[in-house]
Amino acid sequence: MSTKTALRAATAIALIAGGAAQAETITIATVNNGDMIRMQGYTDQFTAATGIEVEWVTLEENVLRQRVTTDITTKGGQFDIMTIGMYETPIWGANGWLVALDDMSAEYDVDDILPAMAGGLSHEGTLYAAPFYGESSMIMYRTDLMEKAGMDMPDSPTWEFIREAAAAMTDRDNEINGICLRGKAGWGEGGAFITAMSNSFGAQWFDMDWRATFDQEPWLNTLTFFKGMMDESGPAGYATNGFNENLSLFQQGKCGMWIDATVAASFVTNPNDSTVADSVGFALAPNTGLGKNSNWLWAWALAVPAGTQKEAEAKQFIEWATSKDYIELVAAAEGWANVPPGARTSLYENPEYQKVPFAQMTLDSILSADPTNSTVNESPYVGIQFAAIPEFAGIATEVSQEFSAAYAGQQTVEEALAKAQALTNDAMEAAGY
Amino acid sequence: MARSVTTRRKMINTALAWGIGLLIFFPILWTILTSFKTEAQAIANPPIFLNFDWTLENYAVVQERSDYMKFLWNSVIIAGGSTILGIIIAVPAAWSMAFVPSKATKDILLWMLSTKMLPAVGVLYPIYLLFVELGLLDSRAGLVIVMMLINLPIIVWMLYTYFKEIPGEILEAARMDGAELKEEILYVLTPMAVPGIASTILLNFILAWNEAFWTLNLTAVDAAPLTAFIASYSSPEGLFYAKLSAASTMAIAPILILGWFSQKQLVRGLTFGAVK
Repeated sequence: MSTKTALRAATAIALIAGGAAQAETITIATVNNGDMIRMQGYTDQFTAATGIEVEWVTLEENVLRQRVTTDITTKGGQFDIMTIGMYETPIWGANGWLVALDDMSAEYDVDDILPAMAGGLSHEGTLYAAPFYGESSMIMYRTDLMEKAGMDMPDSPTWEFIREAAAAMTDRDNEINGICLRGKAGWGEGGAFITAMSNSFGAQWFDMDWRATFDQEPWLNTLTFFKGMMDESGPAGYATNGFNENLSLFQQGKCGMWIDATVAASFVTNPNDSTVADSVGFALAPNTGLGKNSNWLWAWALAVPAGTQKEAEAKQFIEWATSKDYIELVAAAEGWANVPPGARTSLYENPEYQKVPFAQMTLDSILSADPTNSTVNESPYVGIQFAAIPEFAGIATEVSQEFSAAYAGQQTVEEALAKAQALTNDAMEAAGY
Repeated sequence: MARSVTTRRKMINTALAWGIGLLIFFPILWTILTSFKTEAQAIANPPIFLNFDWTLENYAVVQERSDYMKFLWNSVIIAGGSTILGIIIAVPAAWSMAFVPSKATKDILLWMLSTKMLPAVGVLYPIYLLFVELGLLDSRAGLVIVMMLINLPIIVWMLYTYFKEIPGEILEAARMDGAELKEEILYVLTPMAVPGIASTILLNFILAWNEAFWTLNLTAVDAAPLTAFIASYSSPEGLFYAKLSAASTMAIAPILILGWFSQKQLVRGLTFGAVK
C-alpha cells in the first residue's frame, strides 16, 4: 500500500470515527413481544435516515414496568424513551413525568390515531404517549367445532350463549375444552380479564365515594358465572392459566373458544404455529344485555420521560416508529398481517389491510371500548380492565390472588369477595381516599 | 465402629444417588433440549423428548438479536470482581472473629446473616437514589460493589466456619516465630484454608452470576449481564419458549462448565471439617 493510499484510508477512518463520536445515541426501554422485536430489526433504517443511534433495553413486561417506574420516579435518567401502557400514561402525565407530544409534525397526522387510543394515552386532552400498537379483546373460536355443535356464533353474543356453546363443544375424551380463559393471578393477567368481564355484568371496582363494591350482587354474579362455566367446560388447572397457556392450548386444538387479546388473532391464524389456523372465527367479547361488552382496551405506547437530554431525538424516533410510513415499511417487507395493529384509523381504511381476516373485528372491538365510560353505573375512575389510579396495580394483584384461589377451589367465591372487599377498602383508606 | 456395607446396599445407594442427580439435572436438560426445538415443538402436548427435528435456528436468532459476548463479559466482571473484593474484605474479618472473638462476635455474625433476610425490593429505592447521586447506574463498578455487599455475609460466615477448624496453636507458633499479622494471614492461615477459600470463591461466583434482582434493576445498556440477556427473551404475551431456552442455555453454559471442572474442589470445600 502506498503512503498516499494509507493516508487516505487513515483520513476516512478518522472521519467515520469522528462522525460516530458526534452521533447521538438514544436508549429505549421496551417490552419483549413480536411487534417490538420486529421494530428493533428496522432500527437501522431510522439510523441511516437520521444519524441517530438506538440502544435497546428489552425486558419482560412485569420487569419492564418495575424498571421504568423506578427510573422515572427517581429521575434516574436511564432511558430516553419508555414503552408504557394505558395504565401508566395518564398517571405519569398528570404527575409531570412525561414530555407532552403536542408538537408532532403535520406529516405525522396525530388526528389519525384511533380516538380510543389517543384518549387513553392522554391527560386533560394532551397526548403523552404515542401508540405503537393497540389491542382490545374478542372471542376467537373454532368454526369447525361450532358447526359440529350445531350452533352459530352471533357477532355480539351474550354470556349465556357462550356458556351454552362451551358446554356443547366440550369433548373431554378428545381433550377439547369448550372455553379457555385467564384465571392466573396478577392484575394484568386474570385480574384484567375478570375486571373487563365484570363491567358487562354491571359490576365496578369503586362507587363514587371510592368504596369497594365487591360486596354487591354484580360481582357475585360475575365470579359465580365465571367459575361455574370454567368448571363445566374449561381446561384443568385454569386457575393458573394466562395468555401463553391458553394460546398454547388453542393452537393445539384444545379449546373451542378463547376470549383474549386481539393481537392473539395473528398467532392462532398463523399456519406455522397453529394446528387450527384455517378454522378460526372471531366475534365481539360477550355481554349480558346491560349495554357493556366485556372487552378491554390496551396500547403499548412510546413516551419520553421529562428530563431527558435527548428530547428532540427521542421525539424523532417516536414519529418514525408510530408513523404511517413505518406501517407501510413492515407491510412491504412482511405482509399486512404483520403490521402493528390498533393504532391508526388509516390502517383500517386500507383495502389491503381489510383483507386480513381479523382486521374488522379488531377495529370493532377497539371502537366498542370506552375507558372513560366503562361501567354500567357511574364510576369515579378511567379505565376498563383497570382503574387509572396509582394504588390499583397493588390492590388488584392481591384481589386477583383471592379470585384465583376461589377458582382453584381453595376457598368459596363468597370468601374471596369478602377478602377482596376488606383488603381494597383498607388499602384505599390507607391511601387517603 | 466400622460397618460392613453389602454390595446390594451399595448398588441401591448408587442408583438412588443417580436418580436424585438426574432429577435435579432434568430441568437443565429439558431447557437444553427445548433450545433445539421449533416454537411449535417446544409447546407440544404431550411433550416431545428426543424425537424432534433438531434445529439451531433459535441460537441463530438469539445471536442475531443480542450481543451475547457483551452480556457474558459483564457477568464475568461483576461476578468475578465482587467475589475477589468480597474475599479481600472477608478474610481479615473472618480471621478476627475466629481467632480473637469478642463478646459481640456471635451477635455480629447473626446480624450479618439477618441482613440476607431483608427483601431486596425494600431497599430498591434508597439504593437506586444513591446510585443516581453517585453516577453509578448502569456501571459495572456499581454492580461489583452491590454484589459484594449482598454476598459478604455468606463469605464471612463460610470463611469463619473454615477458620474455626484450624487449630489456633499453629497461628500462635507462627507468631512466636516472629510472623506479623499480615504474614500470619497470608502465609500461614490462607494456605491451610485453601479448600475452604476455593469453595467460598466458587459458591459466591455462582451466586453473583445468578443474581437477577439488582442486576436487572441497576443496569440498562452498558453493564447489563446475562440475567438481563435472559429477561429480554421472556414474554407473558407470546410463545417464545424455544428462543428463551436457547438464551438460557447460553447464559448457564459458562457456569455449568466451571462447576463441572471444579466440582472436586467445591465438594471438598463444602465438606471441609464436616468429618472429624
